[in-house]
Amino acid sequence: MISPEAELRGTEPIMEVIQDNYQIIYQPEDSTIHCKGSLRLNGQEEDYKRINHLLEQVIQSEPSTVILNVQELNFLNSLGINMLSKFVIKIRKKKFIKVIVQGAEDTPWQVKSLKNLQRLMPSLSLQFT
Amino acid sequence: MTILETAQQASTMLTTLKPELVESLPQTFGDYLEELPPYNEQLTLDFSPSAAPPRKRWRNNGRSADFLADFLVTCLPEIETDADRRWQAELKDAVSYIANELLENAMKYSDPSQGTYTRIHLYFNGHVILFVTQNNVHPEEVEPFQAYIHELLNEDPQELYIARLEESIESESSGSGLGLLTMINDYEAKLSWKFEQVGEHLSPTAISVTTMVKLNI
Repeated sequence: MISPEAELRGTEPIMEVIQDNYQIIYQPEDSTIHCKGSLRLNGQEEDYKRINHLLEQVIQSEPSTVILNVQELNFLNSLGINMLSKFVIKIRKKKFIKVIVQGAEDTPWQVKSLKNLQRLMPSLSLQFT
Repeated sequence: MTILETAQQASTMLTTLKPELVESLPQTFGDYLEELPPYNEQLTLDFSPSAAPPRKRWRNNGRSADFLADFLVTCLPEIETDADRRWQAELKDAVSYIANELLENAMKYSDPSQGTYTRIHLYFNGHVILFVTQNNVHPEEVEPFQAYIHELLNEDPQELYIARLEESIESESSGSGLGLLTMINDYEAKLSWKFEQVGEHLSPTAISVTTMVKLNI
């Protein structure tokens, strides 16, 4: 199997994946990944691979802190939860990267499910506004 | 599809249904309710097999789930306080998430060539929201699915959640296996299933699964 690192080498960086119903945008200047809209990922689709690619790049760039801002993410299906969870586990292995997850208190799924990310990485800072 | 093609497919399916599996049916898992509790409101949506390309059907799952969630809101009492508003938003969000996961699972694990409908019912009686989905299961998916149900019912769901995630990293798999677990862990849903044969007693053509998700509110 090709490792994610090898797969990334020599490929064009992906800074954003934008569709009608969602946007995933990485801002390297403040190491923030913005997720907005309604994300119903399907593992068979190209966009799933593109978003994973974007996340993998962020990990490989090894910023001191990564901010995952999902405040405007209204819906996330279980594959999306799976993808963000894997992202957190992979970052956890790079022990020096701090993670801040920014959620919205008035979005019920975030209050219910984001705490699972903290269970995967206890040092993760979960901030609700 | 012509009648002859349908018959040929049914005949192919028959050969792939293991006799010991068929003999074990009907089989239930979890606290499956053979009789539904009394309810005041219900909505049922039927989806014909392969009516649209997969990408479109995937989007339709979301629209249908949101429609069910909007329907539920019409059954709830009028909002009077901020607490009511929050409660209503939570229920709407829960219905949207659970219905979407159930429809996605039905699409992933069923075989459209079997020509059976996927159906989702939403029942509500003021205390309980009950989702009931019916779909066929691809014969090769039955055993792994039942093994997974066994894990869901017998293992600690929080530990299973972490274990499934670690496994999916190892395998770099795009399957999540987290939909049902999230319903249990994050939405405190009670899940149960019934597997049955489709067709005549002695000549089954397919296997159907009914998935029941109960939310006490």
